[in-house]
Amino acid sequence: MAGHGHVAHSPKRHTGLMDWLTTVDHKKIGILYLVAGGFFFLLGGLEAILIRIQLMYPDSKIFIGATFNELTTMHGTTMIFLAAMPVIFALMNAVVPLQIGARDVAFPFLNSLGFWLFFMGGLLLNTSWFLGGAPDAGWTAYAPLSSAFSGRGVDFYVLGLQIAGIGTWLGGINFLVTIINMRAPGLSFMRLPMFTWTAFITSTLVLFAFPAITVSLVLLMFDRLFGANFFDAAAGGNEVIWEHLFWIFGHPEVYILILPAFGVISEVMPTFSKKRLFGYSAMVFSTVLIGFLGFMVWAHHMFTVGLGPVANAIFGVATMLIAIPTGIKIFNWLFTLWGGHIRFTTAMLYAVGFIPTFVIGGMTGVMLAIPTADYQYHDTYFVIAHFHYVIVGGMVLGLFSGLYYWWPKMFGRMLNETLGKWNFWTFFIGFHLTFFPQHFLGLLGMPRRVFTYQAGVGLESMNFISTIGAFLMGVGFIIFIWNVIVTNSKKKDAPADPWDARTLEWTIASPAPEYNFAQTPLVRGLDALWTEKMAGNKKMTPAEPLGEIHMPSASILPFLMSVGLFIAGYGFIYHMYVLIGVGAVIVVSCMFTRSFKDDPGWHVPIDEVERTEKEARA
Amino acid sequence: MSGWKNLCRLLPIVALAMFVLTGCGDPYLSALDPKGPVAESQLSLIKLSFYIMLGVFIVVMVIFTYVLVKFRKRPGQTGIPKQVEGNHKLEIIWTTIPIILLLVLAIPTVITTFDLAEKFPSEDVVNVKVTAHQFWWEFDYPDLEVSTGQDLYIPTGKKVQFQLTSADVIHSFWVPALAGKTDTNPGMVNHMWFQADQPGVYQGKCAELCGPSHALMDFKVVAVSPEEFDTWVGKMKAAAERTPATATAQQGQEIFNKSCLGCHAVGGQGGKMGPNLTAFGDRDKVAGILEYNKENIAAWIHDPQSKKPGNLMPAFGDKLSDQEIDSLVEYLDGLKINE
Amino acid sequence: MSTEVSTNLPPHPEKATLEGKNKVLGFWLFLGGEVILFGSLFATFIALRTAFGSGPASQELFSLPLTAVATFILLTSSLFSVLGIQAMHRNDLSGVLKWFGITVLFGLAFLGLEIYEFFEYVHEGHTMSSGAFGSAFYTLVGFHGAHVLGGVCWITGLLSKLPKKGLNVVTAPKLYVASLYWHFIDLVWVFIFTVVYLMGKVG
Repeated sequence: MAGHGHVAHSPKRHTGLMDWLTTVDHKKIGILYLVAGGFFFLLGGLEAILIRIQLMYPDSKIFIGATFNELTTMHGTTMIFLAAMPVIFALMNAVVPLQIGARDVAFPFLNSLGFWLFFMGGLLLNTSWFLGGAPDAGWTAYAPLSSAFSGRGVDFYVLGLQIAGIGTWLGGINFLVTIINMRAPGLSFMRLPMFTWTAFITSTLVLFAFPAITVSLVLLMFDRLFGANFFDAAAGGNEVIWEHLFWIFGHPEVYILILPAFGVISEVMPTFSKKRLFGYSAMVFSTVLIGFLGFMVWAHHMFTVGLGPVANAIFGVATMLIAIPTGIKIFNWLFTLWGGHIRFTTAMLYAVGFIPTFVIGGMTGVMLAIPTADYQYHDTYFVIAHFHYVIVGGMVLGLFSGLYYWWPKMFGRMLNETLGKWNFWTFFIGFHLTFFPQHFLGLLGMPRRVFTYQAGVGLESMNFISTIGAFLMGVGFIIFIWNVIVTNSKKKDAPADPWDARTLEWTIASPAPEYNFAQTPLVRGLDALWTEKMAGNKKMTPAEPLGEIHMPSASILPFLMSVGLFIAGYGFIYHMYVLIGVGAVIVVSCMFTRSFKDDPGWHVPIDEVERTEKEARA
Repeated sequence: MSGWKNLCRLLPIVALAMFVLTGCGDPYLSALDPKGPVAESQLSLIKLSFYIMLGVFIVVMVIFTYVLVKFRKRPGQTGIPKQVEGNHKLEIIWTTIPIILLLVLAIPTVITTFDLAEKFPSEDVVNVKVTAHQFWWEFDYPDLEVSTGQDLYIPTGKKVQFQLTSADVIHSFWVPALAGKTDTNPGMVNHMWFQADQPGVYQGKCAELCGPSHALMDFKVVAVSPEEFDTWVGKMKAAAERTPATATAQQGQEIFNKSCLGCHAVGGQGGKMGPNLTAFGDRDKVAGILEYNKENIAAWIHDPQSKKPGNLMPAFGDKLSDQEIDSLVEYLDGLKINE
Repeated sequence: MSTEVSTNLPPHPEKATLEGKNKVLGFWLFLGGEVILFGSLFATFIALRTAFGSGPASQELFSLPLTAVATFILLTSSLFSVLGIQAMHRNDLSGVLKWFGITVLFGLAFLGLEIYEFFEYVHEGHTMSSGAFGSAFYTLVGFHGAHVLGGVCWITGLLSKLPKKGLNVVTAPKLYVASLYWHFIDLVWVFIFTVVYLMGKVG
């Protein structure tokens, strides 16, 4: 680097709120993602509980008609875009740079921008509750219901998701570059920890899937705001275009969500059975294959649209193929456990609970891949059950596992194990109670997104059980929050390697120091830390001498830019061109400031690095 | 981890118990109790895939349970387990067996996908044009020149072939006991067919979110013997010549012709904005959802929005007097085809 | 990572630092996403290209000479940006300013033609609301036009600071990715010319 070593800038360090608004540190951004994602998870969970209250008994009149549709729409949209995605990004931010021995992500500024865009988009969407009603056309927002037959709520959906989506997309690019360019010496692709591999494939899917929803949202926005006719059959439009574009995004999105959970399981299982991951290369290969196939199967969401038997048969069989790499993964996990010394920590309980649950979700997935059988399943509670088994039973259990596992690395404190086990069992049992009966509800003739059902046709008892289960899941989540609060009041005493783990992130202090690695480590095998442990070494071999460490400068610009887009979003929704102008001016001036004022960063001096390292060891 | 083990043992039992407890649901609604060849072929695929998957699940659960019990860390256990890189033989096994299982599944899948998409010549089937509306169903029999709404009459033992479209948003036409669903897309025409083997009133549902009253967009498929069906068609055609039985009903007809005919047709006369009411008196539900009686008919005419939010019918509670509504109800109740 | 102007520019200044490498790789990935973005818009356009609605048909609407000129201008501008990057590799600041300056002027000329074209079309009854074809046309071509406008502003901004900052390992990656971007929107235009105009005139 030109001029490296003699930069005269003093470190810009903010404290308090300003620190959080300006931080470009991946660890802090990870925490921001976690807090925001947790908040939206609470909102989405509350919406779910309200849905289940309405459906507890037949013919309830609590939330009916458009109100019920608002609840289901916001539950789905919130959970997918505003809860699941950010928590995945939280883990990726917290873990990936540490696992590859990097000091930060490739684009710290973009990382911060990605977070604030997501957050402001989510906020914009949720303000619709107070501004005349939330979107009510379903999280899939099929046109023309969404384009010509819905109120202003859908404008919030369009703008909110557009802003949040750009943020997620930037995040995807950032992680790709980080993983490709910033791995520590010796860390070849075939030595990458599985979580980083899944983060890599997920980011690839984000990169190629999100532009499709960007375009579909643009088309919907133009139809709604500027009189375009994309989805208006009377003017030559075609509403099926929306379905194609939405699912070209939407199906990969499912794999975007589940792959990092696979990654977590592949980290947690080896650690707590004290064995290396069984069939590492097959795991990598199956992850890549799932990612690839994920783009080839979107039309299985559209079997009933009338695409014809040729398309239906092809997409059906292609979908079944995904079962093969997924099966490989399941058996590799089982054989990772085989012969190990299994410790049932909370993280491991979640990972273990993941297997039967996800297998059920995968099996119903194969059943759904049969087009003619899907004519019966489609848009019924069977589908609801299926994707909750995959997304909650797969992804959410995986994320909880990851949170219990990496919590000490993120916060320097260990989550309480007793509460953790209560958390697991209530959530796990509640989950199965909620969703297992829904398979049958669908087959017995209950469509999804209905606010009521008939009495006397065999639907009452299972709907009732389902609601009870939902409450139990709610209790499970409250126990988790309680655990977080309890843990937060204790002192930061987590050791660097509390689980006797295998990968690079456990070689540095908990929580990780600002600069992550005092010296970039040299990686000498798969499971870098375990390799050293087996060689009898206490720590990693450094790949560079101790020197002052370059750090990126904090910046308020990402926050301001997101606020600008937030304001412009209202301008579009309310056709107030002044607001669009104000927002645009903010965004453009931030971009110019960023572009023209070079950011040289700052350096952590050697003595400070030495002092921090010594304190961490003490 | 005995709690865990117990739960694993319990799961299949719970599943089984649920099947037994619920039976197969309502015989005229459930997809698990098919009443025609289409739903039967769909259920047979559901069963085939379910059994294959159940087999896989059992294998996974047996290994899973064994592993968790056998290899849990014992107190005092030290040392490091053998670090296994992988096992090619095993990996080939669990790649090949799923491929074979999927082939077993894929072949009937492809065959039925093409079978159910078949189209038949008009002389072998009853053709019905389905037009979905927010939140009701319009049925036209183009070959028979008969139209109806909400209640779809079909003969048993004969294929009924549908052309499906929509007047507004996307809906989905679903009669679980007879066949899976097909979407109705505005500006396009989809095809499907089914056949009812036994007479009965089968429940139909809209399966695609279509607005506030999506949950209430029910309809009925009334399957009757071919002879009864022919009689029904004949009477439907002759319905234009019917005259109201009572003076009140006569009065009701005048009100109907003045206030309702713009949207609702009776006996081939009238608009298509709302359901065809030619055989209204034969229905067993008002608006597809309310129990059929005069109070509910009157309540619906008074304020349709409170019954089915978002539907297009204006409230007549403040346009017509109670007495006028009563005579209207009497007239509508007399619109019977089947005596 | 320094603002100081280095007098000796390394052979590939755009990739001489990790930041530069990251920027170039990240930008290629960005373009990968843009391919999907335009791919989706193209797919939509192709599905709707004959739904003229109340507007004129594409055969009567399009004037190939005008678009041919626009195409020529944009393709040539891409060539100038190549010359600009070559000048950058020679550490020739004035060459960079000259060639990229011409690139921007050609970009502006292209935009001028496009605005004129849109103006004419609206006059002939071809609007966003005249039919699905109109919606798809203005969205696809307009998205491209907005990209050109963005590129013009971006490169102008870069050039305005270049005399002060000079060519170094900080400014070089910026110029390099800007030229990548310019090539990309050029390439997109080739597809638009083929799919929208040629197929619209003939098919």
